[in-house]
This record gives sequence, structure tokens and C-alpha cells, in this order.
Amino acid sequence: MARKLALRDALREAMIEEMRRDDTVFLMGEEVAEYDGAYKVSKGMLDEFGPRRIIDTPIAELGFAGIGVGAAMNGLRPIVEFMTWNFAVLAFDQIVNNAAKTLSQSAGQFKCPIVFRGPSGSAGQLAQQHSQTFESWMANVPGLKVISCVDPADAKGLLKSAIRDDDPVCMMESELLYGFEGEVPEGEYLVPIGQAAVRREGMDITLVSFNKMMIPTLEAADQLAKEGISAEVIDLRTIRPLDYKTIVDSVKKTNRLVVIDESWPLAGVSAEVAYGVQKYAFDYLDAPVTRVNSADTSLPYAPTLVDAYLPNADKIVKAAKEVMYIRY
Amino acid sequence: MSDTLIETAINHHQLMDTVTENKKKTAKKKADKPAYSKEMYLSWYELMLRIRRFEERALMMYGQQKIRGFCHVYIGQEAVAAGIESAIRREDAIVTAYRQHGTALGRGCSSRECMAELFGKATGIVKGKGGSMHFFSAEHRYFGGNGIVGAQIPIGTGIAFAEKYKGTDNLCVTMFGDGAARQGSLHESFNMAMNWKLPVLYIVENNGYAMGTSVKRTSNVVELYKLGASYDIPSEAVDGMNPEAVHEAVSRAAEFIRAGKGPYFLEIRTYRYKGHSVSDPAKYRTKEEVQEYQERDPVKMTERKILDNNIATEQEIRAIQEKIKEEILDAVNFAEESPYPDPAELWNDNYLQPDYPYIRD
Repeated sequence: MARKLALRDALREAMIEEMRRDDTVFLMGEEVAEYDGAYKVSKGMLDEFGPRRIIDTPIAELGFAGIGVGAAMNGLRPIVEFMTWNFAVLAFDQIVNNAAKTLSQSAGQFKCPIVFRGPSGSAGQLAQQHSQTFESWMANVPGLKVISCVDPADAKGLLKSAIRDDDPVCMMESELLYGFEGEVPEGEYLVPIGQAAVRREGMDITLVSFNKMMIPTLEAADQLAKEGISAEVIDLRTIRPLDYKTIVDSVKKTNRLVVIDESWPLAGVSAEVAYGVQKYAFDYLDAPVTRVNSADTSLPYAPTLVDAYLPNADKIVKAAKEVMYIRY
Repeated sequence: MSDTLIETAINHHQLMDTVTENKKKTAKKKADKPAYSKEMYLSWYELMLRIRRFEERALMMYGQQKIRGFCHVYIGQEAVAAGIESAIRREDAIVTAYRQHGTALGRGCSSRECMAELFGKATGIVKGKGGSMHFFSAEHRYFGGNGIVGAQIPIGTGIAFAEKYKGTDNLCVTMFGDGAARQGSLHESFNMAMNWKLPVLYIVENNGYAMGTSVKRTSNVVELYKLGASYDIPSEAVDGMNPEAVHEAVSRAAEFIRAGKGPYFLEIRTYRYKGHSVSDPAKYRTKEEVQEYQERDPVKMTERKILDNNIATEQEIRAIQEKIKEEILDAVNFAEESPYPDPAELWNDNYLQPDYPYIRD
């Protein structure tokens, strides 16, 4: 049995189920309690769990992220919500220097089972400071796990896994897609961290993407299908650890790859996927791997510049045809 | 709304009443007598009206989707901008947060350029690149609207550092909201500014709410000016609904700072009539609370003061109203008719190096 749920509702179900199951799990962040969450992900949770477990913080990201780390080291399982990952930049010291390092620097004596979650990526005309993606930043850090996913069923299962995980997990959601609906199974289930999903099977080319860029990627696959090109579409879902196997298996079949990634190109997720494929499937490639990223610039406010900046279905189709040596 | 919320709303209220009571006591003698020149009252009135009409029009244009993204308006807080500007010099610097249209207009940035920016047009104050949260004007010594809560506090401190370093007697007005007062950046900045006697005027515009969270719910210290005491920074609370009160306090602070004595901290108690941003229905406070502040509306109160004291005639007031109305309509037309930036503009203003090797495929 499945029903349609919006991403925000699926995330909420995950948190509620885990909080009912385990009293050490609590939610903390700006506006999560009385305001019901800046994007209503935690709507109603204060009513069920009370202010002991659903905790409004001041605007003090470094402070409350660090409080989360301390609580996790001392036996609790905090979920720390950032209004956006753009604001989490203030807390990176705690995430990178403490959450990620606790296990190593204590030689295994202390663990840090904490989830940092919130939206990442552009969300309309929000300009430079509110439009960044952070998957590649966090994925670069050993000690952390990074989930980036907008499919409601997967997001629910992955968040539940993240809450139960004994290592620190960063979860990247999407402001624009909190209302995005999908089929979500009834009842208890988990989605394992570290496994990509094949969203659409195909023979001619592999398209790899994640988070909000899955939407234009699937749109591009539709357009390509109309022109007789069969694209296999992979949703990474987890960025660290990266599921090289699913990607490589697909490329061994299609021999061509385009990576679609809202991050900037240099040192980003797309670069890592391309590296993995040339390393593990070099002899299977019929064309250089290519990628569609956001522009190598900051994202300004004007609509014309947003369009020029972001990947879209047309840009993906164009890249796919380049890889297939088809004139566009 | 929960009981706690009503309680905290009332408490913010009581705080405001304390300030007003204090002000009433000290200002009683001169309350009826205008203390400043006609030009001063009219310039306060004109600026506040400009901001009010600009913001009302911006909200309307947002409703028509001509303006997108986040949009935080200044309605209710106009006296803060007015009182600051009349008390400082044009060479002084200002930096603030994202509720900043009024601050930029106060600096003298044109309604046309500001409205065009909200529309995302190439003629905007930052060529359509910044939008509502990020106006900048080097010409007006306006160091921007910052979108990250509290980020501008150290930046303003650094701007002041540079003034001192260069040996000027300029100061930097560093503005932030009550929400930002809980960021670590405030405490680190306060400490260094005081230790190094930097010419910075910190102003917290306390409008009672950090988005949906009342000041009282974020700390035991709800009288924000007291935060300055930890660092020995002279600090006071000011009635932010009255440009005269703001002007007096800022003048006092500016004199102190220019004498080389170091930073000063003002908690200006004000109120935003609208939600945190366009998308916030502001369910966390009562209608009565909003109404009560509207009764002390800075624009109306100043108009009444001008007329009651025969500082200017009704015709003069009407002439200002007409002028502002036309100016704002003209700004909207200007914004409407201006072009969007060319997509190629995306590749400008990222680096100064002209041949920077961007990754383009």
C-alpha cells in the first residue's frame, strides 16, 4: 500500500516515527517548534512531543550545531535543522571540526550520531547568499555521510536510516520541492545510505543526477525518448559514500554518461562521478563523460541570469546529444 | 496562537512602554515645542513617506509577481532610517541586514534604482544582481544589505577599523536586527571594537521578532542594550517610532565616537507592521499589538507634530505627499520599462581578472 505524500510530509513522518521509537531523538533549530518550521517540515511536532524534544533556538547556528554535537557525544541523537544550508555555513566549524572528527580524535571512545538537515540549492530568485549547494563541500569530509534526495519515499527511508546511523549525517533537501509529491509506502521501512537508484532504465546513455536536478533530468530523458534515444537515469540519493557500482554498471551497458549537478563544476560531485567512471569503466566509454552544472559564477537575482545559470532539460538534452555525437 | 506567544507579545509591548514612558518624562517639557528646524522636520517626514510609499508599492508589485524572491519591507521602522541619517554625515558608512530598502533610500539611493533592483532590471542599483536583500552603493557609502543573519556585524566593525586606520573621523553605522543579537559574531565584534576603540555605532533595530520568534524566547536578556555592558560599550535604549528620539541618540553616540572613545551601542525599539517577509503571515502576534503600534505610526505622528505646531502648512505637507507619490510611480514605470540584464552579464563581476578561465562546459 502506498499513498501520495509531499516531501515535507515524508520527512516529518520519518522524524515522528523515529522519535516515537527512541526517546533520545530530538529536533532542534530555528522556528522548528512554535512556528511549525520555516518550511513546515516539523508542523505539529511540538504538539506531540512538547518543548523538551522540539526545540526552538535563537539565530545562532554555530552555537546550536555545537550543542547538538555535545549532546550526540553524550548519548542523545539530535536532529539539527538548518533553515537552509546557506546558514549552516556558520556552523561548519562544528560539523567539520567536531562532528566529523569526534570518532577519530577520540580513537573510537566517542561517537557522534547526529543528523544535520535542511534545504540546499537554489530556490528561485534568492540571489547569491541563499542559492548555494553544499553536497560537495560536506562530501569532501571523511567522517560525514551526505544524503541529497527529494523523492518523498526515499527521503523518508533515508532520513530514518540517518537518525539511526551512529555516524554524523548531513541531509540536503530542497526548498522548492518540499511540496513535491510521490508515492510513499505505508508502514515501517528504511532506505539504506549509500545506494543509488535507477529511476528509469535505458540502453543508449546514462544520465546521473540527484536532488532537485532529477526533475529536469527526467524531463530530458522524456525528450530524448521522443527522438528515439533511450536514457538510463540514476538518482544518486547519497553523495557520501558514493555508489560507484550502480553508475559503473550502467555505463558498462550504455557506454555514455552525462552528469547533471547543480553544484559548481570545479571540485564538485560531477567531477568525482566522472573520475570514478574513467577509473572503473574506461574501456567501456564510447565518448568523454560530460556534465551539466550551474554556471561557474555566483547566482544573481535577475530572472534572465537565473535561467542562464541553472541546468535545465534543454541543456541536458544538448549535452546528451554531444556525448552521442548527434548534431543538436 | 499559544498562550506563551501572547504572553511574550505582551512582554515586548511592556518593554516598548517602558521606553515611551522614559521618553515622555524627559521629553515632556519640550514635547509640544519643536526642538529642530522646519527643514529637519520636513526632511524626516519626506524620507519616511518615501520609504513608506516605496514599500507599499513594492508589496503591490510583489503581489503581481514583478518582484520575486525574499522581500522584507521596512514599514513601521521608517523613523530609524530618518533619525540616523539626520545625525550622521554622508561620508560615514552604513552596513545593514536584508530588511534594507529603507536604509538605502535613507542614504540617498534613488527610488528608481532601488525599485528597478527589486524588479531585477539592468538599471537597478546593482544591475539586477542583488534583488531585495542586496543593495549596495559605493557612491552613498552604503556597504550593503547582507542576507546572512549577523554577518554584517564584524563587517561593519572592519569598515570602522579601516576608517580609523586611514585616520579619518568617519564612523560606520552597523545595523542588525534583534535576531542577530544572539549570533556569536556580535560578541566577538563588540569585544574587538571596544578593545581597539573602533569608530563603530552598533544599532540593533529591535522590532520584537526574529522571524516568528519573539525576543523574550531567545534569551534571558531581553533589553538588548544591556549586551553592550559586557564589553563596557556605552549603550542605551531608544524609542524607534520617533525620528527625533533616534536623531538625538545617534547624535550623542556619533559625538562620542568621533572623539575617539570607541564604539557605542543603541537599541532602537521599533516595530514591523508586516510579516518577517512577504511569505510570513505573522500568526505569532496579535492584531491588537500591531494596531497599537500603528497608532504611534512615525509618519502620522510626525505629520501631526508638524501641523499641530505650525511648523509647515497643510499645503506644504500635501506638496510633499504629491511629490513622493509621483516619484514612486515614476520609479515603478522606470523599473517596468527597463530591460532585464543580458544573460551574458552572468559572467561579469565574479572576478576582476578580465581573462579569468571559467569552466564553461
